[in-house]
Amino acid sequence: MELRKDYFADVRKDGLHEIGQPRPRLDSPGHVTGKTAYFADRILPGMLHLKMVRSPHHHARIRSIDTSEAEKHPGVVKVLTAKDVPHNVYTILILIQIGPEDETVLADGKVRWKGEAVAAVLAETERAAQEAAAKVKVDYEVLPAVFDMEEALKPGAPLVNEYHGQNYYLYDSGECRKVRFGDVDAGFAEADHILEQTYQSSPIEHAPTETTGCVVAPEGNDRFTCYTNTQAMFFTLDNASIILQMPGSKLHFVGGTVGGGFGGKVDVIVEPIAILAAKLTGRPVSFIYSREEEMQISSPRAAEKVVIKDGVMKDGRIVARKVTGYTDAGAYSRHSPYGAQKGAAHYPGPYTIPNVWIDTYCVYTNRTPSSAMRGFGVTIGDFALEVQMDKLARLIGMDPLEFRFINAYRDGDMKAHRQPTEGAALIECMQEASRAANWPVADKYMAMSSYRKGA
Amino acid sequence: MAIRRGRGVAAINYPTGMNLGGDPTQALVHSTPTGNFMVTLSSVDLGQGMKQIMAQICAETIGVPTDRVIIDTADTDTGPHCMGTFASRGTHRAGNAVIQAAKEARQVMLEVAAEELEVNASDLETDGQGNILVKGAPQKSISIFDVALSAHFKRGRSISGRGMFLIPRSYPEKETGAMKPSTCYAHACTVAEVEVDDETGEVTVLSVKNVFEIGRALNPKMVEQQLVGGSWMGISHALYETTEPYYPNRDHGGTDFNQYLMPGPGDLAETEIIVLERPSADGPFGAKGPGEMCANPQIPAVANAVFDAVGVRIDTLPITPERILRALKAQAAG
Repeated sequence: MELRKDYFADVRKDGLHEIGQPRPRLDSPGHVTGKTAYFADRILPGMLHLKMVRSPHHHARIRSIDTSEAEKHPGVVKVLTAKDVPHNVYTILILIQIGPEDETVLADGKVRWKGEAVAAVLAETERAAQEAAAKVKVDYEVLPAVFDMEEALKPGAPLVNEYHGQNYYLYDSGECRKVRFGDVDAGFAEADHILEQTYQSSPIEHAPTETTGCVVAPEGNDRFTCYTNTQAMFFTLDNASIILQMPGSKLHFVGGTVGGGFGGKVDVIVEPIAILAAKLTGRPVSFIYSREEEMQISSPRAAEKVVIKDGVMKDGRIVARKVTGYTDAGAYSRHSPYGAQKGAAHYPGPYTIPNVWIDTYCVYTNRTPSSAMRGFGVTIGDFALEVQMDKLARLIGMDPLEFRFINAYRDGDMKAHRQPTEGAALIECMQEASRAANWPVADKYMAMSSYRKGA
Repeated sequence: MAIRRGRGVAAINYPTGMNLGGDPTQALVHSTPTGNFMVTLSSVDLGQGMKQIMAQICAETIGVPTDRVIIDTADTDTGPHCMGTFASRGTHRAGNAVIQAAKEARQVMLEVAAEELEVNASDLETDGQGNILVKGAPQKSISIFDVALSAHFKRGRSISGRGMFLIPRSYPEKETGAMKPSTCYAHACTVAEVEVDDETGEVTVLSVKNVFEIGRALNPKMVEQQLVGGSWMGISHALYETTEPYYPNRDHGGTDFNQYLMPGPGDLAETEIIVLERPSADGPFGAKGPGEMCANPQIPAVANAVFDAVGVRIDTLPITPERILRALKAQAAG
């Protein structure tokens, strides 16, 4: 790595004692010698293991659940179903007033994706829990499912989630989050070229070294200690408090040392049910995802479809950009309405474009709910935007890097969401990339600056 | 049939912190009797090194070496609230809270030192080595060790401080989308060079040159580890990863690391990292959040390089050999 201190030296105070120093990490000796303690290192006396009974169907009505055979299985202590969960229908972002509650902790009457949790089996060993889970008899009436976002948005499509009432998230702005800036139609009318392209991604797994999980201990004083690898301690505690209808003062969360998150550990999935199980059995409970659960049950990065229509001039200026983004939330919201909205805030990318129209949709389908993942709302959008930039440059016969200089945002430029640009540094990054990659651009671009006089 | 070479570029920006703000984090700082400093938080270290960075931020602010700071985090019985570690917010939000708490503690520390040295607190400075000196007269000094002992056992002062950082929440205007998503943005530009085998569709990423502008590299070694890891993840997203290879069809999803494709060490490109620092107005020592953005620009850069190499556009991720071969076949068919 090379630190190029010559850029922005006029606005930076160097020469501090500790900041800017490559100090060795205090925790790395523990990590590399295997001495660091993670939540799963808590092996508590009498600890039970929780395994989920999961839906084999993408969409089905549950006619009945029979747990009697499973309960008789050697080593089984208890089997939990929806009726055991105090506040079974929840949504995690209710804490920041983003509703409605749309997801069940344990399925109640219906399953909406293949893998959805239906019943929780608690047993003395993991093996007994797994074997007994296979003995829970669920009578399903299979329903038509929808997997394609376009199909889901058509009239008459199977309804994925009754708590929404339609297959998209309803924002206060309507069926999508909108950004309107300038006059996009006028921009297209004046453009020398118009290019409309569609980009698509598929769900992606976080693939952390340590799978999602927790260990819960009843403390004997009506309090429960939850050792967890959540990325957000109080967010998880407060959601657990709502789901369990238990005052937050009864809950004690311990964590903070995690074997990789990447956004995969901000859903509140394992903790509430494990705490409930500890409460109802009076025993410590361990609930840890298998690698298969981590890959196919825990939320992935959402698949996205991005349609970009640009109007560009022969001289390289983009004069209009219309973006329609679709985020595949799967069956439940989790963090996807937030992600789709973050996309609306991010488009049209780090470029100054006078006419912009953005619609971002959060769409429900019968698949594993997607949620947070490193850069969500932006990562796939950047793939689409930057491939589109390459196509536009080639369309007008311009060098792709020079084309970006022409459109790059600079201090003071008004963004589509009506905030003036501050602290821009895109131009300097491109100048340095031009040098480092031996990708020469015209001198006038190398002389540009993100600074603007008076800005 | 041939191995064809191409290169592509991408440039991006990325907001620091939760979109639209409204994501608070608090910190508490106190001194032990012998002048070590305890930072109490509920922020989570995901392996990226959050604890280390908070220790350096506290140490710089108080004026002691980093090894005199202890981080006690993620116990909800003791640590004040933090929204969580996500959205590239940890260093920015928690760092600002730690600075505020450490400044308050430092002020008490200097007041106690001033009483011991019989000078005004405003005439004192720290040397970063654990001593408090009179400005312009460094021979007149006292160690922070002695100041802490005095505060505890003689003066009855608590060398402690509280810190809180909150960007007020912005609510998007319904019709226009006017809003304030973030207070600062990190930037990047990546150039990727690839080879594509037009017989097998296989892509080899030869090199990735990344320029990242991150506000301030608080610990350059740790910045490097995060940026290099992110760059690899970007390549992985571009060429390998998905839980649903035939999306929107749900079949054939990988369930372990044999089936779920990711690059191995031999698949990783020569990776170059160059860091620029334009300090943000509201970041701790100017830092922005590079955690998420560092994995983004490689994806389009690789996609553009594939086009440069073989002349077909793969607009669906991941860019698999199957997709490249199908596109080449369609191109040949005319």
